[in-house]
Amino acid sequence: MQALWYALLAAMLIVFVVLDGFDFGAGIVYRFVAKTDSERRQLLSAIGPVWDGNEVWLLAAGGTLFFAFPKAYAAGFSGLYMPLVILLWLLILRGLAIELRSHEPYRLWHDFWDGTLQFASVLIAVIFGAAFGNLVRGVPLNASGYFSIPLFTNLLPYSWIGVLDYYTITAGVFCLSVLAMHGALFLVWKTDGPVRERSVQLARRLWWSVIALAAITFVLTLFVQPGFFSPLVDRVWPLILVIISLAGFFYIPTALRGSADLRPFLGSVTFIVGLLAAIAGTLFPNLIVSTLDPSYTLTAYSASTSPYGLQVGLVWWTIGMILVVFYFVFVYRNLSGKVTEGVPRE
Amino acid sequence: MLWDRLQFAFTVTYHYLFPQLTMGLALIIVFMKWRYLKTNNDSWNRAAKFWARIFAINFTVGVVTGIPLEFQFGTNWAGFSNFAGGVIGQTLAMEGVFAFFLESALLGLFLFGEKKLGRRGHFAVAAGLCAGSWLSGYFIIVTNAFMQHPVGYAVGPNGTLQLASFWGFLLNPWAIWEYAHNMSASVVTAATVVASVGALWRLIGKYNEESGLFLRVGIVTALVASILQIFPTGDRNGKLVADYQPASLAALEGVFKSGSGAPLAIIGQPNVDEQTLENPIVVPGMLSFLAYGSFEATVKGLDAFPQTDWPDNIPLLYYSYHIMVGLGTLILALMAISALLLWLRRLEKSRAVLWLLMLAFPFPYIATTAGWLTAELGRQPWIVYNLFRTSAAASPMVNTGDVVFTTIGFVGLYFVIGVGFLYLVGREIARGPVYAERRG
Ligand code: HDD
Ligand code: HEM
Ligand code: HEM
Repeated sequence: MQALWYALLAAMLIVFVVLDGFDFGAGIVYRFVAKTDSERRQLLSAIGPVWDGNEVWLLAAGGTLFFAFPKAYAAGFSGLYMPLVILLWLLILRGLAIELRSHEPYRLWHDFWDGTLQFASVLIAVIFGAAFGNLVRGVPLNASGYFSIPLFTNLLPYSWIGVLDYYTITAGVFCLSVLAMHGALFLVWKTDGPVRERSVQLARRLWWSVIALAAITFVLTLFVQPGFFSPLVDRVWPLILVIISLAGFFYIPTALRGSADLRPFLGSVTFIVGLLAAIAGTLFPNLIVSTLDPSYTLTAYSASTSPYGLQVGLVWWTIGMILVVFYFVFVYRNLSGKVTEGVPRE
Repeated sequence: MLWDRLQFAFTVTYHYLFPQLTMGLALIIVFMKWRYLKTNNDSWNRAAKFWARIFAINFTVGVVTGIPLEFQFGTNWAGFSNFAGGVIGQTLAMEGVFAFFLESALLGLFLFGEKKLGRRGHFAVAAGLCAGSWLSGYFIIVTNAFMQHPVGYAVGPNGTLQLASFWGFLLNPWAIWEYAHNMSASVVTAATVVASVGALWRLIGKYNEESGLFLRVGIVTALVASILQIFPTGDRNGKLVADYQPASLAALEGVFKSGSGAPLAIIGQPNVDEQTLENPIVVPGMLSFLAYGSFEATVKGLDAFPQTDWPDNIPLLYYSYHIMVGLGTLILALMAISALLLWLRRLEKSRAVLWLLMLAFPFPYIATTAGWLTAELGRQPWIVYNLFRTSAAASPMVNTGDVVFTTIGFVGLYFVIGVGFLYLVGREIARGPVYAERRG
């Protein structure tokens, strides 16, 4: 039961990264691929009707963590206090920028929200990546089941650690480049005209930066947290997932040369899903890794609520998810096709 | 701890300014769309479109200010989350899965899909959106009701709470009455705002057709809802407090000494040091009657409880409660007079009443905020009533300096959002329904 909820939680987070990830990505590349006011409106019409629904995956995953693994929710969220609150501010700004930008006709108004959107999207991506880095590197979780670390200390991932160090920052920048590429590929799929052209160009370049940063992050992980890879000795699933992920990734440039614009995006989806699922599969059953003493580490088994709570949750969760899939299919079908410059959504 | 409380109080109170309009306004928009379907009169659709634009702005701010709350339980209240998460996390997760997904899916369709969906389809989407927002209200109220009156739980081996009865928890009697009271308050808010804009346009002599609709719909709806607000819902909430939180009842009514035939204080200032109510104007025996159905019944005063179990801010609690009830009575009176004039077809000429209506829109916001202060301060010193003290609830390892910093950040950010919000809504009201019509 705990293992099942661990998997469901991971799945919800992955769906969040894939879906809201393209909103963040579109925000990251925003002013580079959309230059004029009508191009920017075009880009925003591609994400405008869906970003909120995509973000709800984060809320739903947060709620799931809360009730299924209350101990981990309490420890993780209070321990990462500062970055989380800053993340919340950025999410607020991002939402406002998408919704309010086109509300008033003034140049100054547009410029303000354009800058806000891009700034918030970039930082959000970096913080998410860094948070992942913290999960892998571990945190000083103590016997009471809590920890507290400052935002940054001396930027070294040893002894006196902060949320940001050279390792987690690298993870953050890696995440930034992945989401930027993901967003650009989304725009290749959903737009046409100059925005699409520029997105194709940018996605190609970002593809190379993803390779470079992935290699650096991988090597750093070997040094910083060699234990991370040890479960792989007797687990094949994560390795298979990595292969699927790589297949998706190397398919992207090929697909970009073809004419079916959905395909490169699907390549990117495969890449992200495979990678995150592989990480989750490797981390399992750990939720929050303690750097002080392995016995303090919070796992799916030590942090979970009662079996009854988990069972009841499974019933309503299943019903709810059937409905959710139905809404998403409905909405994305209603929004099928490309958004064209100068043609408002109707 | 103090700062955690201030921060949570600030962010949640601010957030709630928006959903209370969303939920009530959704209902009114559905009504307008329904009238349009039935009568084919275009002015109903124009009215609905105008409010849909206000709704959209309001909804956006509601969404972005709601997101931090979901995470603040973990960031600021880790002790509490660890203790009660296994129970209250259920409803928070359910709110996301059942309500927020639905709302977010339908909102886009509602705002941009009128042409594609047709008249019936658009009405159906509006109704679904309304249902989604009312559903999310229910889940959050169940969460809050558990903190007020915990039911359906068991204490697990490690001393934390676990769910024991799903339906017991979901159908908490406290939740049902709290929900009814809260939702009817939200309708009061929305209806008052609608009537207020109607009064404004009528006073400056613009958009006569729409302002007439707004006045009629707003006044009648507000009248009905403010009656429901007092009876049965306010009454039942009071009885629940009397039964399950007697110390809270004593504090919010300013009763320091136990006794039978307790009077109801209309006005008076509690003096906690002297344990008296100063300058009281009272109705004899009334409190006993309202709380327990008999003028003779004994009401426990604060003296019946150890001081450590007293709510920790009795004056604020007392005033909040009296402000809520006082404003509730005022709103009811104003709406009753306006409805009478409407019925006599004299409202158009009574500029004084139109002025009052126009200026009345802040009252329900103040009353709901005061109501929540009553509920939340009355619960003190417990975060989960009789089970877990607020003093044990904050995150043990987060340093106060961080919380002060983030509180200042929230205040600054929300101030700017508030200014922007008022600007945008003000522009919409000034532009009127014709602009809304053109922009779709
Ligand atoms: C327009 C707003 C409004 C108005 C006019 C009233 N209320 Fe109210 N009241 C609320 C808005 C509200 C609220 C903000 O919505 C609360 C907070 C929690 C809740 O469910 O509703 C609330 C809570 C609340 C509680 C619960 C306190 C607790 O849980 O400790 C009681 C006993 C009352 N109300 C009683 C009344 C009475 C007797 C009223 C008669 C005039 C009244 N309210 C008018
Ligand atoms: C939107 C309406 C609400 C308002 C205006 C409101 C208001 C407040 C206020 C003023 C406080 C501070 C109390 C104090 O400092 O003594 C508070 C505390 C708190 N409320 Fe609410 N509340 C609302 C809804 C909720 C809901 C729905 C929940 C639960 C899901 C909740 C959970 C809490 C918690 C955890 C605290 C902090 C601990 C405490 O001080 O007791 N609130 N709220
Ligand atoms: C601690 C208390 C609360 C939490 C954690 C909370 C959480 C949230 C969140 C995360 C959202 C954004 C959802 C989205 O992205 O679509 C939201 C919006 C909303 N909330 Fe709250 N909320 C709280 C208090 C309340 C209360 C007391 C009510 C009503 C009774 C309420 C009703 C709504 C509604 C109807 C929305 C939809 C958006 C809107 O109407 O503006 N919330 N809330």
